[in-house]
Amino acid sequence: MTEDNGTSKDQLRSGVSRRTVIQAGVGLVAAPAVLRVIPANAQSKVIKIGNVSPRTGPLAGFGEADPFIIDQVKGILAKGIQSGGKTYSVEIISKDSQSNASRGAEVAAELILRDKVDLILASGTPDTTNPVADQAEVNEVPCITTNCPWQPYFFGRKGDPKKGFNWTYHFFWGLEDIIASFTALWDSAPTNKVVGGMFSNDADGNAFGDANLGFPAALPKAGYKLVDPGRFQLMNNDFTAQISAFKAANVEIVTGVFIPPDFATFWSQAAQQGFKPKIVTVAKALLFPSAVNALGERGNGLTTEIWWSPNHPFKSGLTGQSSKELADAYVKAANRPWTQPIGFQHALFEVAIDTLKRAKSLDPKAIRDAIAATDYQSIVGPVKWTGQPVKNVTKTPLVAGQWQRKGANLDLVITANKPAPQIPVGGKMELLS
Amino acid sequence: MEWVNTIVQGILTGGLYAMFAAGLSLIFGVMRLVNIAHGDLIVLAAYVALVVTETLGINPLVSLAFVVPIMAIAGYVLQRTILNRTLGDDLLPPLLVTFGLSIIIQNALLEIFTADSRKLNAGPIETASIEVLPGISLGVLPLLQFVLAVAVIAAMQFLFYRTATGRAFRATSDDQPVSQLMGLDNRHVFALAMALSLAIVAIAGVLLAVRANFDPSIGPARLIFGFEAVIIGGLGSMWGTLAGGIILGVSQAIGAKIDPGWQLLAGHLVFLFILAIRPQGLFPKVQ
Repeated sequence: MTEDNGTSKDQLRSGVSRRTVIQAGVGLVAAPAVLRVIPANAQSKVIKIGNVSPRTGPLAGFGEADPFIIDQVKGILAKGIQSGGKTYSVEIISKDSQSNASRGAEVAAELILRDKVDLILASGTPDTTNPVADQAEVNEVPCITTNCPWQPYFFGRKGDPKKGFNWTYHFFWGLEDIIASFTALWDSAPTNKVVGGMFSNDADGNAFGDANLGFPAALPKAGYKLVDPGRFQLMNNDFTAQISAFKAANVEIVTGVFIPPDFATFWSQAAQQGFKPKIVTVAKALLFPSAVNALGERGNGLTTEIWWSPNHPFKSGLTGQSSKELADAYVKAANRPWTQPIGFQHALFEVAIDTLKRAKSLDPKAIRDAIAATDYQSIVGPVKWTGQPVKNVTKTPLVAGQWQRKGANLDLVITANKPAPQIPVGGKMELLS
Repeated sequence: MEWVNTIVQGILTGGLYAMFAAGLSLIFGVMRLVNIAHGDLIVLAAYVALVVTETLGINPLVSLAFVVPIMAIAGYVLQRTILNRTLGDDLLPPLLVTFGLSIIIQNALLEIFTADSRKLNAGPIETASIEVLPGISLGVLPLLQFVLAVAVIAAMQFLFYRTATGRAFRATSDDQPVSQLMGLDNRHVFALAMALSLAIVAIAGVLLAVRANFDPSIGPARLIFGFEAVIIGGLGSMWGTLAGGIILGVSQAIGAKIDPGWQLLAGHLVFLFILAIRPQGLFPKVQ
């Protein structure tokens, strides 16, 4: 929000900035002269990076670390970056998608058409990554995104695995990883292996509950029986139907995707109606410490996926910080608990800057080729687009863990790392009592 | 037995909707004002309760003693300073102003409290339940909520038909110029109605905050059920609003029993059906 005010206001007034008028004029009248002028002015050439994330609205938790991350990056880029033997100064223009897909598309179009960014970044669930990536693809601007499982990103944009996309690249994990880490978690404790599925009726829930790609297909193979009452609507006030179905089927494990208010409703209704599962492993709703701490004692022992934590054995190639140092710096600067998106927001800028350093020129194609050739050790693990699982997507490791009480606060402890053994476990999962 | 359980839980959810709707119904009945910011005011009340419980360290249900008067005063001031200026023959200005208010409240809350999901902790009462019949457990909290909804509506009914203030509400609602001729100050009467409405909002907000997580953006999503309950019950009718809430809650519960995907749809369909056969609602007071 704050970064875009200066530029957008100036440009709103006239529609075109003074610089573009001068550039266009000079370009028309004196093209040969410009060619001679450019080397002398190389120092002042600016690389523009556009960044779109949800800062306000229901998904604001995903973008809350952005001001901190961007400040840190700006500090490092104060002297500009070296690329192709020249030094460029870097301008980061950050915009708020307001957790809304149409707003995301709108600000992405502004960044591309008005601000003329060289590279566009987006993060924080399909509602922001997809519209921004779509705009970038249409306008042929290189784009890197993260913080959204790859299936909703790729198939949600009607991607064809055979062809892929030309301009847009993504790094994160996928459904197969979350299924693997959840089942690894459940394997570590004795249960009757009957799983109740709670999948919301949105992009995430429908992907999780997909009959071919999601939990319904994968769980029987892993030896679990799934009870799936069907997709539920968001902002629900009554989960009696699902709770009765789970009680009738003697469900001991509950899994699925919730938004935090829905999970809180479900979890207190379960207690009121005498439903006591042994394990509750839920995606999305239990990501943020604030949402879990809000549940009070009932938050203790819940389990969820872990994309990044201060205990991940990775370092930032940009600042040299370890995962723990980055999380500590955030806690100190923002006076708030660390959250999982921090690592990915940081990694997004790491990859972007690495790409720009390697780009042969500032031509969009050259930047795009540099993205495709990325082989980088980021704070969330290695990022390298190898064509697996699809052309434009590369995966980062995923583990699972449990919220356990450590003093006054609940702490997220990694308890299952079978799918990504390089990430150390921090404790053992305990069953809910 | 499962069906009985479904319907009983649906009725309890209906109490929640009736609570959301009661304040809306009151305001519309007295001054024909459609308050788009109603949902956000509920969330605002939840945050006021959060601040009160955190600073004083008291149970959220006890915090009602503070939150209700705070919200009532806020309602009085809001009506006197802003909303009274928008009232007139045209329905549109108050609609637009409350819409703006909704956006302002959401973003102010986001700025102050961040996007964190919060919840008020009421202790063991949250998960306590009474087993009335084998297979039917009623949560103490939903039950309390339902009882409070009925109590609030009964109190409003009493106030409307048994007290001088209620007479003033009805008089201004029926004919503004004449009530003014009789010595009533409409601006004051409207402000009292808004104060009362926000007092109810305060109760709804605290109950919502104990029941589930809240964050600055959830207001509008909670509002739609309130609107539907008001319209099903009939505009301006208090008992109708309660009936509307219960009809909505039960039809959603039945929908969910058939397939969870139909839960909200079933409520909306019943709403549309009633709107089609009885556009004035079931028990209309306002023509």
